[in-house]
Amino acid sequence: MRHFANWGILGLTLIFLIGPFVIIILAGASAGPNLAFPPEGLSLKWYAKVFTIESFRASFVLSMALAVFGTITALVLGIPAAYALNRYDLPGAETIRTIVAAPIIVPGIIVGLALLRYVVVPMNVTVTVALFMAHTALVLPYAVRVVSSSMHNLRADMEEAAVLLGCSRMQAFTKVVLPNIRGGVLAAFILGFVTSFNQVPVSLFLSGPGVRTLPIDMLAYMEITFDPSIAALSALLAFMSLAIVFVAERLLGFSRYV
Amino acid sequence: MSDTFVQLTDLTLTYGKNIAVPALNLSIREGELIALLGPSGCGKTTTMRAIAGLLAPASGSIHIDGRDVTRLAANKRGIGLVFQSYALFPHLNAFENVAFGLRLQKLPEAEIKSRTEQGMATVGLSGFEGRKPAEMSGGQQQRLALARSLVMRPKVLLLDEPLSNLDARLRLEMRTELQRVQKETGVTMVFVTHDQAEALALADRIVLMQQGKIEQLGTPAQLYAQPETAFAAEFMGFENIFKVAGDSVQNDHGSLPLGYRPDSAILAWRPDGVRVGQGPHQGRVTACSFAGGHREYVIDSALGPVKANADIALPEAQIGDSLSFDLPQATARPLRA
Repeated sequence: MRHFANWGILGLTLIFLIGPFVIIILAGASAGPNLAFPPEGLSLKWYAKVFTIESFRASFVLSMALAVFGTITALVLGIPAAYALNRYDLPGAETIRTIVAAPIIVPGIIVGLALLRYVVVPMNVTVTVALFMAHTALVLPYAVRVVSSSMHNLRADMEEAAVLLGCSRMQAFTKVVLPNIRGGVLAAFILGFVTSFNQVPVSLFLSGPGVRTLPIDMLAYMEITFDPSIAALSALLAFMSLAIVFVAERLLGFSRYV
Repeated sequence: MSDTFVQLTDLTLTYGKNIAVPALNLSIREGELIALLGPSGCGKTTTMRAIAGLLAPASGSIHIDGRDVTRLAANKRGIGLVFQSYALFPHLNAFENVAFGLRLQKLPEAEIKSRTEQGMATVGLSGFEGRKPAEMSGGQQQRLALARSLVMRPKVLLLDEPLSNLDARLRLEMRTELQRVQKETGVTMVFVTHDQAEALALADRIVLMQQGKIEQLGTPAQLYAQPETAFAAEFMGFENIFKVAGDSVQNDHGSLPLGYRPDSAILAWRPDGVRVGQGPHQGRVTACSFAGGHREYVIDSALGPVKANADIALPEAQIGDSLSFDLPQATARPLRA
């Protein structure tokens, strides 16, 4: 009886987690003209249509660029920050950690509004640059946190050993520290990438004419058209995320770092 | 033995405002095996880190092989250090760990290969080239760390608590290994330890340190037989140390007449030096344990607990028994205050 209850709870949890995903996949595979579940017949035509919508292509490229370059920038800033926070007894280290984590603690709406009101408008920054800054800031907490945790187990005497064998401090970092936190850096990259790519509230405030990230573009599309292509696109994006995580898991055992 | 090879002159080392080592002077000869011995916090590791260049001295100087290296960066000093934790590089296999420093020198590949293989053979690790450090035992990791330092042909090899992470059997094996490697390579070795047995067994000379100062410096035999201070005596196993007042010894518990008049301020006896079963003094046995060739007693006397070893041939005394003992002049070690 107890056994049965355990399986029941597990089943319900899985349905709760995976159910929406299944519904979206099926809704996108509908043969009918409207977004509906259960689908009215099966076809892949809406999956095909996604690729023909011009604005999706443009916004996909923008989202992709923001996710890749925003995350790389966040790592370039975040890895040295994580290193310094781990290695040195910095005054106010706790404060720095809190500030770095702020973008994920403060609601996105507020971050977006604040950036729009106090950066974009008064400083006359272009929308693309503003989006880039916002996404970098949003990813930075993940970069610092995840890289920090993989650096945590790395003893400082390993670098001292490298120095005594002839390394400069910089060489000790690139030859000894970096190879040993590679997995953490990749994990941070994937988390950052996914966070940035799926980001809605901040981007909502910073989108301008002709400059929209993919999620914002999808919202706008749904306001006008209610066909299954939006479900098809959602399903495709979910598969993309799955593929990235799968490859990372295979290559490096990603789940150890999260 | 040639002249001074490593010279520390008025070396003062600080951590922030705390002075860890005040004005230390020490000369080490070439090819010597020196132990820096002392309890934790005595400044031995700090001194070693300063020699390595990992800690900049507040004042004073360090000369190695006639050259002032006080301000020379750690990676230019040509000093090897075997860390207590070994500090091996987990992402590299054994071969690449040993070859690491040689690769930095951009030596030809053939020389890197031959020196690395030779280094691994010296420590008995031939055949382990492809292993990752995590796939090796503690003793093997230790020897790998030793090989990694040795292939650099360091002027001085420093070892931080080299035997402390090994079990008793490996410790003995590594002790002979270190002596053999030192004989073979002739490298000047300085090792840090808190274990006097380790220092006595391994070192040519022992530097006994306390609170950043050299308490006593000498050969193992000198330190063992002729400690000069109460601290040194206690470290070397003189467990009964008493102040002298006229012709008796005393401490906070009370005093006992000696029957002779010593001319030193303090006297110390090893448990072996206390005669049990006969003598002018009486005490009550509070602890007794069998230790193979002898029995170890703790006798509660007018001086508080006195530790004494009795030959196994003598009749065994039980806890609570009264036991007579003597503090003979012949086995007393005079100490300065």
